[in-house]
Amino acid sequence: MQPTNRSRRILLPVKLWFVYTTLFIALFLNYIPTGHLPAVPDFVALVLAFWCVREPVKIGIGTGFMFGLLTDVGVGAALGQHAFAYVLLAYAANELSRRVLWFTPVEQALHVLPLLFMSQVLMVLVRLLAGAEFPGWWMFFGSFVAAVLWIPLHYVLLLPQYQPVERDENRPI
Amino acid sequence: MVGHSPPPFFKRGPAPLAKLVFFLVLSLALLVSDLNLRYLDAFRTGLSVLAYPLQMAAATPADFVRNASNYFASLVRLQIENKELKNRQLQGGERLLRLDQLEQENRRLRALLEARERQPVKSVVAEIMYTAKDPFSRKVILDKGTQAGIEAGQAVVDDLGVIGQITRVFPMQSELTLLTDRDQAIPVMIVRNGLRAVLFGAGNGLMELRYLAANADVQAGDKVVTSGLDGVFLAGLPVATVAKVERDQARTFAGIPCLPAAGVEQYGQVLVLGHREALPSRPPEPEVINKGKGRRGRAPRD
Repeated sequence: MQPTNRSRRILLPVKLWFVYTTLFIALFLNYIPTGHLPAVPDFVALVLAFWCVREPVKIGIGTGFMFGLLTDVGVGAALGQHAFAYVLLAYAANELSRRVLWFTPVEQALHVLPLLFMSQVLMVLVRLLAGAEFPGWWMFFGSFVAAVLWIPLHYVLLLPQYQPVERDENRPI
Repeated sequence: MVGHSPPPFFKRGPAPLAKLVFFLVLSLALLVSDLNLRYLDAFRTGLSVLAYPLQMAAATPADFVRNASNYFASLVRLQIENKELKNRQLQGGERLLRLDQLEQENRRLRALLEARERQPVKSVVAEIMYTAKDPFSRKVILDKGTQAGIEAGQAVVDDLGVIGQITRVFPMQSELTLLTDRDQAIPVMIVRNGLRAVLFGAGNGLMELRYLAANADVQAGDKVVTSGLDGVFLAGLPVATVAKVERDQARTFAGIPCLPAAGVEQYGQVLVLGHREALPSRPPEPEVINKGKGRRGRAPRD
């Protein structure tokens, strides 16, 4: 468990089932057939980056690889395309976690933006090398939208950890 | 306190860098074997069983939007469409009447010539559900799969012409690669003079006739139909119209962009054609090379 350095609040330890549930919800959001709509963020990359930053001991490269493969299959991409990008993303997020947590959510989002962008660039490079058509620049807009989503996500995904261990009617939290 | 265990200082598995390298190499190997060698279709099917329920659930909102927009389609539009369809049916009806008679005649003539009888092709009506999300390719998902007897490799047409080919099949869905996809190719023939060529997707919504000499007899407006040499597509299905012909002295081949004849990038009902009858086996290789010249044009069975 990382201390939330800003809030000076000691969080409960995260529950692994909650982490995986959120990852599967993100996977569900990725599966929604939006076609070639521009600026749809990659939800799995975002949630994965979040947990890799928050819980570098528990969530890392292996999880990234697994969810990358699941995304590939569901989206109809080349097998290993998302896995490749997510593995690098998870590694970079794990390495950054000690630094990122000292910042406010907005500054954290600015730290995560290059990572998300990099994962998209990697995917484009891999597919262009394999001879696919270039999908257009609007595609990169998705990672900016994802970075904006980091700020609400930061509160939503930490909600279960804000709860007190023992419920006490008389305690003022 | 319950649930507060100290972080595992000493047993964290392999070093992060080692793990990174391992997984990177693994995913690169997967990529290469999937894109170039097509070894992983069984593995993908296995994984898709896991992803399938989630996929189905995720498709529901799209279904809902599609149905709702159908429901709220205005009366006027439907009336116009109805009128158009009636017109088209009238125009087609007369030709259909003659077709029946021609088919009978064809069968009798073929019997006279002792030619192989053409088997009627079994086809399945399917609906395009949505565009696949992969932005690097042009693929759509159909609402019929192996349970409706669809197999990979089948040709798909709409009421105006060929739109693509089934590339992957799942139990309840199938993935259709459109003709405009960059990896898709189809053997064709120009109606006006019977010139054979291969049509490739250009990647920008158009198609391209490649490998035709700069002085080939092609004009803008030429109709392009399937030649049937691949053993997959029936011969004579409309595919495209030549948009323009760019003859550049510096290049060996002419650049010929074509417009698809069918509504390739539109939604709606499509027809998945069954597998064609098997082609007759190749004639034995002639012993004298001079005798075999007439057979040159025949493409090998796919």
